[in-house]
Amino acid sequence: MKIEQGNSLWSDAWLRLKKNRMALISLWVLVFIFAACFVLPATPLIKDSLAQNLSNSFAPPSAEHWLGTDKLGRDLLSRILNGGQVSLLVGLIATVISIIIGVIYGAISGYNGGKLDAVMMRIVDVLYGLPFLILVILLSIVISTTAKKYESDLIVFLPEGVVNLMVNILPLCLTIGILGWYTMARVVRSQVLSSKKLEYVEAAVSLGLTHKNILFKQILPNQLGPIIVYTTLTIPGFILTEATLSFLGVGVQPPNSSWGIMLNEGANYMETKPMLLVLPSLVFAATLLCLNFLGDGLRDALDPKASKD
Amino acid sequence: MLKTIIERLLQGIVVIFFLLTLTFILIRMIPGNPLTDEKAMSPQVLKENMKIYKLDKSYPVQYVYYWKSLFQGEMGISIKKKQPVLKIIKQSFPVSVIIGICGMLIAIGIGIPAGIIAALKHNSLIDNSAMLFALVGISIPSFVIGPLLAKSVATNVPFLKVAGWGDPFDWILPSVTLGLGTAAYLARITRAGMLDILSQDFIRTAQAKGVSQKNIIIKHALKGGLVPAITFVGPAFAMLITGSFVVETIFQVPGMGQHFVNSVNDRDYFLIQGMVLLFGVLIVTVNLAADVLLTYLNPRLRT
Repeated sequence: MKIEQGNSLWSDAWLRLKKNRMALISLWVLVFIFAACFVLPATPLIKDSLAQNLSNSFAPPSAEHWLGTDKLGRDLLSRILNGGQVSLLVGLIATVISIIIGVIYGAISGYNGGKLDAVMMRIVDVLYGLPFLILVILLSIVISTTAKKYESDLIVFLPEGVVNLMVNILPLCLTIGILGWYTMARVVRSQVLSSKKLEYVEAAVSLGLTHKNILFKQILPNQLGPIIVYTTLTIPGFILTEATLSFLGVGVQPPNSSWGIMLNEGANYMETKPMLLVLPSLVFAATLLCLNFLGDGLRDALDPKASKD
Repeated sequence: MLKTIIERLLQGIVVIFFLLTLTFILIRMIPGNPLTDEKAMSPQVLKENMKIYKLDKSYPVQYVYYWKSLFQGEMGISIKKKQPVLKIIKQSFPVSVIIGICGMLIAIGIGIPAGIIAALKHNSLIDNSAMLFALVGISIPSFVIGPLLAKSVATNVPFLKVAGWGDPFDWILPSVTLGLGTAAYLARITRAGMLDILSQDFIRTAQAKGVSQKNIIIKHALKGGLVPAITFVGPAFAMLITGSFVVETIFQVPGMGQHFVNSVNDRDYFLIQGMVLLFGVLIVTVNLAADVLLTYLNPRLRT
């Protein structure tokens, strides 16, 4: 005899997501872009993104350079993929940082309620009022110049790649993460606030579980839906922030590449060599668009009641 | 209503105080000071200069001096540009504000009507394509739209220039570049707000008693349906006015954007502080205006 399995929240959500054609296509495009950026540069198919050849600048696409070269004769395809690595990495790490801060802050505020909640949320209100881009520029320069001071100490006992990551990429992730958690805190707080009166929490209280246990083991796992949805919608925003900073010259520094840097460089040669702007723009915009589509799709799938806005 | 306004005003003052203090601390955490890069300076002259700008004092003392001079209406001198901060701001601030306001007008002019029409034609082809365009608009940042607009439009329309800031025609491309993304957000928010209101009972009541569709929309739905959109306008303006940094770089507009990035790199303390103060006041004012408008539109917010 076969026992029918009931549908869990997640299998239900997957079924709904599968019906959303745009979200599904976006998911596959994203898998492709991620694979291309993180796997392909390690294969011999893709050239070294830093190798310069000044006698071969602005070369048209050829068998050797599939998308042509830039001003310094560097292979454009490999620069797009390596730049993508940096951009995606910054977006992901910054999102993780902001979610850790936001979830803990919001959960504590919502679970405690009362005066503490009022004070904590008022603080978020004030932080919300601060101009994001201005603080991001200031803080990123503070953190990255501080990190650079320790570069020579670190290089002694760590490999060059790791030091580069710590000195040039991580400060940016930290900056964006530290300044980008407010909305997550609000989302989690309102979720926790409304669910702490539900019966399963009452049951957990009567069983004598500690508050920490109830909050982090009982309530928060039940909020995974909204957290995942909001995470998906945060990543494109942070990738955009990184690109904006790099475009303004205060983000990732050359010779490191990111999509923001490539767009900045491309804009300089827009008149004569439009491909240097158009190709990175296409990949960049496609990534953001797919992440937004996927986030919308996940929201409809995980939280069918939520209105589309 | 008055209580809400006073409360918001107090919160705005806290925001500005916090912003200025944070800026003060952050720029002094950057290694070096405004004078370290001037190589030609002998130790003696350097010491003199440090004294003139009161940089030889401890940070708390500098902080007290800062507030004192601010209350006397004094913003200090840009150490790098050797000009009063007020003069630099007077030249560049209006430019940023023009772009910001024009961008906002474009965002409102496109976003809100598009959102209303999409909501009224819910689930139709118009609705779906408007929302698709909105998502595309959100995903394509201004530094992609800007150069593409400059390349495709400015080179073909005689009175539009790729870069520069002379006659009002030069306002068009930067403002459009700046406003499109916000228009997309506004369209989505307006549509959601309108759909929410249109599904409520009082709309059905109005339909049942025979109010014309036009009157239902204008007199009943719009007032409530636009609330989320207006809530968004305040923060959106803050985003636009700082977003103009990027647009000013693309179109080589002499606004505050380039001064800001340069002054942070130069650690030009007083210029940074002056500009942040201005941005803070502007953002708080716009948020306050949006709040007042909201309490007027939504009686439930009145206490």
